[in-house]
Amino acid sequence: MALLDIQNLVVEFQTASGSFRAVDGVSLHVDEREVLAIVGESGSGKSVSMLAVMGLLPWTATVTADRMSFNGRDLLKLSPAERRKIVGKDMSMIFQEPMASLNPCFTVGFQIEEVLRFHMGMDRAPRRERAIELLTQVGIADPEERLSSFPHQMSGGQCQRVMIAIAIACNPKLLIADEPTTALDVTIQKQILDLLVSLQAKYGMGLIMITHNMGVVAETADRVIVQYKGRKMEEADVLSLFESPKSNYTRALLSALPENAVGDRLPTVSDMLFEPAPSGAAA
Amino acid sequence: MSIKVVEGKNIVRDYHVGGGLFRAQRTVHAVKGVSFTVDKGKTLAIVGESGCGKSTLARIITLIDPATSGELFIDGNKVDIAKGGLTKEMRRKVQIVFQNPYGSLNPRQKIGDVLGEPLLINTDKPAAERRDLAMKMLKKVGLGHEHYNRYPHMFSGGQRQRIAIARALMLNPSLLVLDEPVSALDLSVQAQVLNLLADLQDEFQLTYVFISHDLSVVRYIADDVMVMYFGEAVEYGSRDEVFADPKHSYTRTLFAATPRADVASIKTRLAKKKAA
Repeated sequence: MALLDIQNLVVEFQTASGSFRAVDGVSLHVDEREVLAIVGESGSGKSVSMLAVMGLLPWTATVTADRMSFNGRDLLKLSPAERRKIVGKDMSMIFQEPMASLNPCFTVGFQIEEVLRFHMGMDRAPRRERAIELLTQVGIADPEERLSSFPHQMSGGQCQRVMIAIAIACNPKLLIADEPTTALDVTIQKQILDLLVSLQAKYGMGLIMITHNMGVVAETADRVIVQYKGRKMEEADVLSLFESPKSNYTRALLSALPENAVGDRLPTVSDMLFEPAPSGAAA
Repeated sequence: MSIKVVEGKNIVRDYHVGGGLFRAQRTVHAVKGVSFTVDKGKTLAIVGESGCGKSTLARIITLIDPATSGELFIDGNKVDIAKGGLTKEMRRKVQIVFQNPYGSLNPRQKIGDVLGEPLLINTDKPAAERRDLAMKMLKKVGLGHEHYNRYPHMFSGGQRQRIAIARALMLNPSLLVLDEPVSALDLSVQAQVLNLLADLQDEFQLTYVFISHDLSVVRYIADDVMVMYFGEAVEYGSRDEVFADPKHSYTRTLFAATPRADVASIKTRLAKKKAA
């Protein structure tokens, strides 16, 4: 059975000018030990659909789905208190801006231990021990010293490692990484991606990688979902997506990669998207 | 016969930081002696990670920041803004486009005023003429007349970057410094902006200094490539040389770290995963 199973997810936002549909009938599933990448441009609803799963959307959002189950539990029927027990424990998320997603007022040690205290009910000494173990796992040198560092004393890459440590603190079954490397340099990006994939393999987590970078998809994913304007354009395993993309949008996206340039101009998505029959794109 | 538009000789930039009551002053060597030349109509790409001094170098070339030592020539004339100040003519010749189009446009200024302002400050053209030129420039960068009276928040990231490019081009510069112009943009929009830059380069014979950390973009747009690491140019050569045969170990690290989106590398990764 799938770890996370979503059927026909719709997310609408109430705005001053009527309701806006950010996610329009997306279905997806993730199995244990699987890396699913969700690719799309800004505004494609890729983050919003995952925030809906986590229950982190503001009150202006209306979430409806035919089914939204995680690990056999129906997420739609959970009370907020019950959901808080799952979110951060069995299912956790890493965000794009590591500097912005850590609290600047508390040490990283406090922020890691907070999760352990809340979800695992651990005592002070074992909490500290576990926090050191986690920092070691995510590859931070001098973990004991680092526990008392504040986020501003660390680099972006290190902050992202701390975020990962917090996310995996309770051995989650599903880890959602929302553009985990977009704010980082390529060399650091490589390290973080390697870390995520190795942790995923080690603990047999399901991993959802939200990204707009085709390179990141190619380097990490088992299966890929391509989203555009809130709709799912294509779903395929990674090799066949790159070898023989089915939807026009995916083809357009791949040919807009600078490394695939032929001649001295790049084909753009709008050039290709609406030329051939759009019925292909809707499939 | 190629004309050198910009030439830097052994450019150094030090920043002095700290120096409080209990702490000694410290000197940060942001750029440690970098030399380069760019010919007319060509593109020099400067690559490196954050903190390597590439943006400092961009500020020096754009004549925003003076170099601590070293010589900078623009169109063959030596420029030193620390001593001689900056003439309007020099300001006209070099323009910059910044990374973040959300931060580089004044939210309370209409696009028409954004584009007219360089002319207002640097020339004595009358308002009607400024307006005409701004309209023409909007067309050039793929926007329309109807955008003239709109505010920056009404535009998408890609459109804003077009506006920033248009503003930089208003004074007919010979050199355009592009500081990560596409890293904040989506893939498809990135392609459009890169195409626009290529079109404009052909039309006006522009010279670009293109700063980026994305090697795939650099490979596509650059004629020459300089790789910077901790303030030094560790690698400098034509694009094909650098990409075919990187000499410095840092350049090789950089190439190895860049994610590859081709079928062959996916196959090797999947095979490795299966074996593990």
